[in-house]
Amino acid sequence: MTDALDWLAPLVSLDRLAWLDPLAWLVVLPLGWATLAFVLGSGRGAWAALAGVSLQLWLAVELAGTILADGATPPVGASEMAAHHAVGGWGAPLGIDLAADGLSAAMLILTQMVALPLAVYARAYFKAGDPAGAWFWPLMGFLIAGLNALFVSADLFNLYVTLELVGLASVGIVAAGGGAQQLAAALRYLFVSLVGSGAYLLGVALIYGAYGTVSIATLTPLIAAEAPRLVWLAAGLMLVGLLLKTALFPFHFWLPPAHGSAPAPVSALLSALVVKASFYLILRLWIGPLEPLLPAAAAWLAALLGALAIFWGSYRAIRAVKLKRLIAYSTVAQLGYLFLIFPLLAQPAALQAGVMQVFAHGLAKAGMFAAAGVMIRATGQDTVAGLAGAVDRLPVTLFAFGLAGMTLMGLPPSSGFLAKWQIIEAALAQGYWIIAVVALAGGLLAALYVFRVLRQAFLVSGADVAERGPVPAVPRTLEWSAFVLAAASVLLGLRGVELMRLLGAGA
Amino acid sequence: MSASEWLPLAVLASSLVPGLVIFALPEDRVATRTTLNLLGALAKLVLVLLLLAGVRAGETYGVRFAVLPGLDLAFKADALGLLFISLSAVLWLLTTLYAIGYLERAPHRSRFFGFFSLCVTATMGIAMAANLFTFFVFYELLTLSTFPLVVHRETSQALRAGTLYLAYTLIGGTVLLTGIVWLHHLLGHTEFAHTGVVAALGSEYAAQLQIIFVLLIVGVGVKAAIVPLHGWLPQAMVAPAPVSALLHAVAVVKAGAFGIVRIVYEVYGIEFAQSLSLLWPLALVAAVTILWGSLRALFQDDLKRRLAFSTVSQVSYIALGVALFGPIGTVGGLVHLVHQGIMKITLFFCAGNYAETLGIHKVSEMNGAGRRMPLTTVAFSIGALGMMGAPLTAGAVSKAWLSDGASAAGMEWAVWVLWTSSLLNAAYFLPILWRAWLRPASTPWPDERIPRRAWRETSRLLLLPPLVTAAATLAAGIFATAELSPLSWARLIAEREYLTSPAP
Repeated sequence: MTDALDWLAPLVSLDRLAWLDPLAWLVVLPLGWATLAFVLGSGRGAWAALAGVSLQLWLAVELAGTILADGATPPVGASEMAAHHAVGGWGAPLGIDLAADGLSAAMLILTQMVALPLAVYARAYFKAGDPAGAWFWPLMGFLIAGLNALFVSADLFNLYVTLELVGLASVGIVAAGGGAQQLAAALRYLFVSLVGSGAYLLGVALIYGAYGTVSIATLTPLIAAEAPRLVWLAAGLMLVGLLLKTALFPFHFWLPPAHGSAPAPVSALLSALVVKASFYLILRLWIGPLEPLLPAAAAWLAALLGALAIFWGSYRAIRAVKLKRLIAYSTVAQLGYLFLIFPLLAQPAALQAGVMQVFAHGLAKAGMFAAAGVMIRATGQDTVAGLAGAVDRLPVTLFAFGLAGMTLMGLPPSSGFLAKWQIIEAALAQGYWIIAVVALAGGLLAALYVFRVLRQAFLVSGADVAERGPVPAVPRTLEWSAFVLAAASVLLGLRGVELMRLLGAGA
Repeated sequence: MSASEWLPLAVLASSLVPGLVIFALPEDRVATRTTLNLLGALAKLVLVLLLLAGVRAGETYGVRFAVLPGLDLAFKADALGLLFISLSAVLWLLTTLYAIGYLERAPHRSRFFGFFSLCVTATMGIAMAANLFTFFVFYELLTLSTFPLVVHRETSQALRAGTLYLAYTLIGGTVLLTGIVWLHHLLGHTEFAHTGVVAALGSEYAAQLQIIFVLLIVGVGVKAAIVPLHGWLPQAMVAPAPVSALLHAVAVVKAGAFGIVRIVYEVYGIEFAQSLSLLWPLALVAAVTILWGSLRALFQDDLKRRLAFSTVSQVSYIALGVALFGPIGTVGGLVHLVHQGIMKITLFFCAGNYAETLGIHKVSEMNGAGRRMPLTTVAFSIGALGMMGAPLTAGAVSKAWLSDGASAAGMEWAVWVLWTSSLLNAAYFLPILWRAWLRPASTPWPDERIPRRAWRETSRLLLLPPLVTAAATLAAGIFATAELSPLSWARLIAEREYLTSPAP
């Protein structure tokens, strides 16, 4: 493993130059190309975005290399983070601290890994002059900047700012160039986003009032030592706000319209990355400063809601008429798995399972939405029924959809399978059978909606063939970038060792 | 990387790589596709021969990769695995030839041969898996790669069959996974080893181990079509003939049966399984399946459905042999893994020939088919007689060892089951032979598509494979004691499994 990253060594040594600190550049770069795209004007800036995201991916990998090279990373939430950068030379408690550990680095890699193929996809998707894509590039840049900043932020207020940036950019990207239905979905999304981050901000204010600091590292020992009642309220507000943004059942109501009505590359970004950001924050707080406040019942409540999300989301996906609605409800179900890990967090395996599931779903869902975008382009309609015979016309896309589906069903050899295996094993190890049963049942439910689509695509009836008429040409770039994402979600299932090592536990 | 490491991987790659390339080939590149298919199949045969020679000389082959900390994707090519690998490699070559002839001018050949190769790769992975985790990975890959083959014709009937197939196999897979993770949790690993690995756990885990055994056997029993988990198999008959041949003889049902063998011998160990009293229920289930499959076959007029129920019955001979405590039963079960494969693939090749050449799909349409297609019908007759256990065929060898094994294990009732099944086999196969050879052809053939040319009753590629496997059926029976026969190989494996116990 160390051998595999040896090539990074010369890059890491450059790290001593402050101007090349990857933490800062991961935030500055996307802000830079977003601004450039904005200045260039409507529908332009794709090349800047592609170059920027490529560079960011390289930076994220380099950061991961540094953290791995430093040996075992400290436990999450500890005062010493593996990589650290004080903006403008002002450290905490006065300035903005950026910090990254294995978990942050993993999330950064996932973000750039999903963003790069999606940028390639979006460039082919939004043809010049397409109003839907007019402001896609600047908004995507701000979105990515927000996400990256969120993953490297080390204090609660800074996290609020990044959360808000992500939320506003997401609402903008859903609303941009859309019709009435899309605008309605965006407005609802805006409302939810503001309520969610508002609740979170209120919690942060209460905590600041109680302890006089918002730095996670400083807060952790303080809360463990003593927590007035107000802090309990603060914790509750922060978590509920974040759950709303993560769309955990029953807070999921806003997600299917928002993710289902946006253009395919936007849906992919939102489902794969944006909901994961607030989940990351919940996880960070749960195993960090808020840990002493949370009773076991809270973990079980989260798991219960997760289980309900799996069943309800899958049920709605099985019944959905529209293809993108189906995929959006599948997101609701897949987010449920992430919350099954909370009662198991006593063992590091549970955190590993959660992050594996974040990766699995992130890559697979981006691939699946991208594939759906191709199918909708080719069939001219967003319905499952309209896919009859698609396998003959779009074999690559259907293959991509199938691979992504494998990951969602948790079938081997995919990353989704590893996540399922880890969840089940952690559940058995701690004697919580019921969680294993839910995870297994969820896989079968996913098979129902995934194969519903594949089966329809195989169906050929004579009437359809006659009615079909000429097939609109679909750029191959679209097909193949969807395929790359889906294939990545499967290939990760063959080698998860490095990712687990990066999380600082196991190996 | 040493030879002991790359050889197993090369066996996988010899079908995986051609499969992936074929996916990318345009439909009309027939020559390239055929070349790739045959090169892959021949390369695999050579590699398997190298492995056979090595294992006989006592070499060990194995390679592993860490997937997660403490979880390895591990392969080994041992004597038991090679029994299955050799069968699959030989039959893959023949089935590929047959499929090339069968699918001439049919649409979607790139998709067909791509998934066909993936399916064989998955089978090889199952055969070479060195732990239950790896076994499961390829077991599920097999499910996924056979689905597009089952629904290949894209008709609503095919899709219904495919959906039923998925429902059975995915639920079975979930049950299997439950058992595997549970075992992994108890043991910390799921490696296969001679004489088993779970005995080390001690007696306080007996109850859990019994439940896990049931989960594992139910999980693989779905693919092995053990009654009452067999419902998908007769429906899957809508698939094209080469797919049926592959499903029945090499890939799917065999993977299930092979799973039973690995679980009983190399996870639990035959003696420990006996001490947990797990073997007699398995024998009982196998016996019920044998009789039920044969009974149902009696009443099928559709030729392929009759053969399918016959498969349900015959595959459980393997499970029965495994469940008979004693080396003789083991040899009978293992050798039947190979014998059933070559006999059943012969029958399916022939059924495909009748359908493609004359449009015959039903037993009642077979009158006089023997005179129109003598060579095919000779092959079919040999396969059918083999299934009945007639002397000089491979089937006779299987049955002799199985019934001796049952007597040796003191399970006289199993001998009766075998005899009853033989009678039933005769009752559903002999009428077919009688119609084909002795009844005159009364009407024009339902749909004659391939005209007769001199001695050639159908196209060359359709005729060659069943003749080869029919000859193999005879050879495996007549030369059963030869050094490289399936029987000798099965005895080698049984000797190693029972090495630690006194021979009964």
